[in-house]
Amino acid sequence: MTTLQRDSRTGGPVQGPPARGRAGSRLLSAERRSRWDVKFSPYLYISPFFVLFAVVGVFPLLYTAYVSVHDWDLLGGQGAFVGLDNFARVLEDRYFWNALRNTLSIFLLSSVPQILIAIWLAFLLDTHLRARTFWRMSILVPFVVAPVAVSLIFGNLFGDRYGLVNEILQVVGLDAVRWHVDTLPSHLAIATMVNWRWTGYNALIFLAAMQAIPRDVYEAADIDGASKFRQFLHITVPMLRPTIIFIVITSTIGGLQIFAEPRLFDNAGLGGSDRQYQTVTMYLWELGWRVRDLGTAASVAWLLFLIIIVFALVNLVLTLRIATSGGPR
Amino acid sequence: MRHVPSKSTAALAALAVLGAGALSSCGSDSAADSDGTVTLSVATFNEFGYEELFEEYEELNPGIEIEHRKAGTAPEHQDNLYTKLAAGSGLSDIEAIEVDWLAALVEQSDAFVDLSDPEVEGRWLDWKSEAATTPDGKLIGYGTDIGPEAVCYRADLFEQAGLPSDREKVAELFTTWDDYFETGREFVGEQPGTAWYDASGGIAQAMVQQIEYSFEDAENNVIAADNPEVKEVFDTVTGLSEEGLSTGLTQWSEDWTAAFQNDGFATMACPGWMLGVIEGNASGVEGWDIADVFPGGGGNWGGSYLTVPTQSEHPEEATALAAWLTAPEQQIKAFESKGTFPSQTEALSDPVLTGSVNEFFNDAPTGEILAERAEAVEFIQHKGPRYADVNTAFQQAIQRVDEGKESPDEAWDSFLADLERIR
Repeated sequence: MTTLQRDSRTGGPVQGPPARGRAGSRLLSAERRSRWDVKFSPYLYISPFFVLFAVVGVFPLLYTAYVSVHDWDLLGGQGAFVGLDNFARVLEDRYFWNALRNTLSIFLLSSVPQILIAIWLAFLLDTHLRARTFWRMSILVPFVVAPVAVSLIFGNLFGDRYGLVNEILQVVGLDAVRWHVDTLPSHLAIATMVNWRWTGYNALIFLAAMQAIPRDVYEAADIDGASKFRQFLHITVPMLRPTIIFIVITSTIGGLQIFAEPRLFDNAGLGGSDRQYQTVTMYLWELGWRVRDLGTAASVAWLLFLIIIVFALVNLVLTLRIATSGGPR
Repeated sequence: MRHVPSKSTAALAALAVLGAGALSSCGSDSAADSDGTVTLSVATFNEFGYEELFEEYEELNPGIEIEHRKAGTAPEHQDNLYTKLAAGSGLSDIEAIEVDWLAALVEQSDAFVDLSDPEVEGRWLDWKSEAATTPDGKLIGYGTDIGPEAVCYRADLFEQAGLPSDREKVAELFTTWDDYFETGREFVGEQPGTAWYDASGGIAQAMVQQIEYSFEDAENNVIAADNPEVKEVFDTVTGLSEEGLSTGLTQWSEDWTAAFQNDGFATMACPGWMLGVIEGNASGVEGWDIADVFPGGGGNWGGSYLTVPTQSEHPEEATALAAWLTAPEQQIKAFESKGTFPSQTEALSDPVLTGSVNEFFNDAPTGEILAERAEAVEFIQHKGPRYADVNTAFQQAIQRVDEGKESPDEAWDSFLADLERIR
């Protein structure tokens, strides 16, 4: 074996095999290789993230775009190039707009109360409680439960005829609610599942951020005679601004992609007999895996991607405003 | 001294590991081990009753190991199957499929091994194997079970309503759908708190299955919109729901499951595999029985096949296993284990089957009754590639009437609009 050994600083050979035959060209290539090392190795070290992102992030995105401009059967594969026909079909389909409305409704019904309750919960957990760690850990329990299990349990609770929630309502003298039939009640039931699962998780993130707020600010407020509620409103909330923005953006992304809970709310998975609670991702799933029209499904995926970007930006602007007004500037 | 080149080697190696990690998760796990053992993976859903059979096969065939991948529900299995078929890798050596997906899969027959073999010829009921045969004579699936339909009923509720409750007498009550609905009107007249049948969708499904070309014609054109027979089923079922014969629930919903425990309804169309479902949902409820009759003649609801995807690395071994699993002797064992009713002609006259009684259904001779029902099936409904989409839209339209969201006329119009979406 003829291994090349080089001085590590200069890159030149210190000792090598007898210079015979193609040794000259070998020297040249060794030098070139070492120059490349210096130039490109740093990029290699930071590459794993970018490679992974390219493989599981950028590539699917671009490939989805490619699929979306073709006739593409799930089983049959690629067909003819159809340009923007798939997008036009989706935008003309009333079920797409229906799904979009449902998604926004479920998103608002879940995200808004969820974030408000999470901040309030975190504020309570931040006070001097007995067995603090126990309480803090236990609010995370719903998050650990699999969404499928959550859907099954809540699906039972929200049964239209024999469900527990309706039985309680009737005991109190109220009318039974048709949770699976009427639009708004079905959205409320699904939002309840989402809230149950995510409120504790968000509360813990808020709690972590709250603990970074200097205690002397509160002490000063105490001395000034500010009530706990005023402290919460005028100190805690404004100082949580970056965290609030983070949570709003992540729950926007999550909320607009909601799938498991409404998908499992009935058995057919199309969101009720009149698609009362079909969300955009369920609509995408229906097109791709039931109608087996992957091209159109891909165009829905891209539309959803664009919608999420728009919403994330709008939310960013809104939360920046809300968090600045009223707080210390 | 060599650390400069080795650094880049390390980085490259790290990349290679990452890449390999990402790739290996999509690869097939079935491969011959160094000692010559062949591992065959078998993907099924719900209950096929194969657990003990796998052990038996491993004992009979040293060198074969079976890995069972069992999905909880058919849709879950279907999503997995379609995705991996589309991706071209990752399928098991044997994939179970449901009869409703067959037409779409026959169109992709290149993805499946041709299983036709003189040895298995004549093994199944004609219509069972014909459905899995491509136009050019290729057999893509071995039949497992079928779903011959009988009527299951609550003998105790029949008695309370003054109807005969003995299963021979009940079988004489209704041989046509008209008789069945007329008896239903009589029943709900006496027992207003209980519906006659479990779900409009189930009854509509049973009636549509008795029309050979209902949703699609022989060339697979969607004809549901113009088919008077389909319209008649729709009008009948939605009209009856307004008369209070139906629970108004959808099958498999939580309320439907709960209705078994709440005297929600008195009868239901029951294919063989439904017996286990009823026994599970109605556990503790006494009075269930089964009558050797089905309104309007015979009917088949459901049933499955075993296929060998061409992706399999061991197609020969997999074919042998699939053939063994679907042989009459083994299907009888699966029937004993989970009640899946055999599609093999020989198994239908097996004394184990014909002599079997079901304790839950008042010791009814279920094997004999269902074998009779299977004989009564003269043809099965033609199901083309768009069958499932049309059927879903049809069922949803009926459901909208049940839920009071639309009148029957509105629901029919919106069904027609849904059909426009289905290409």
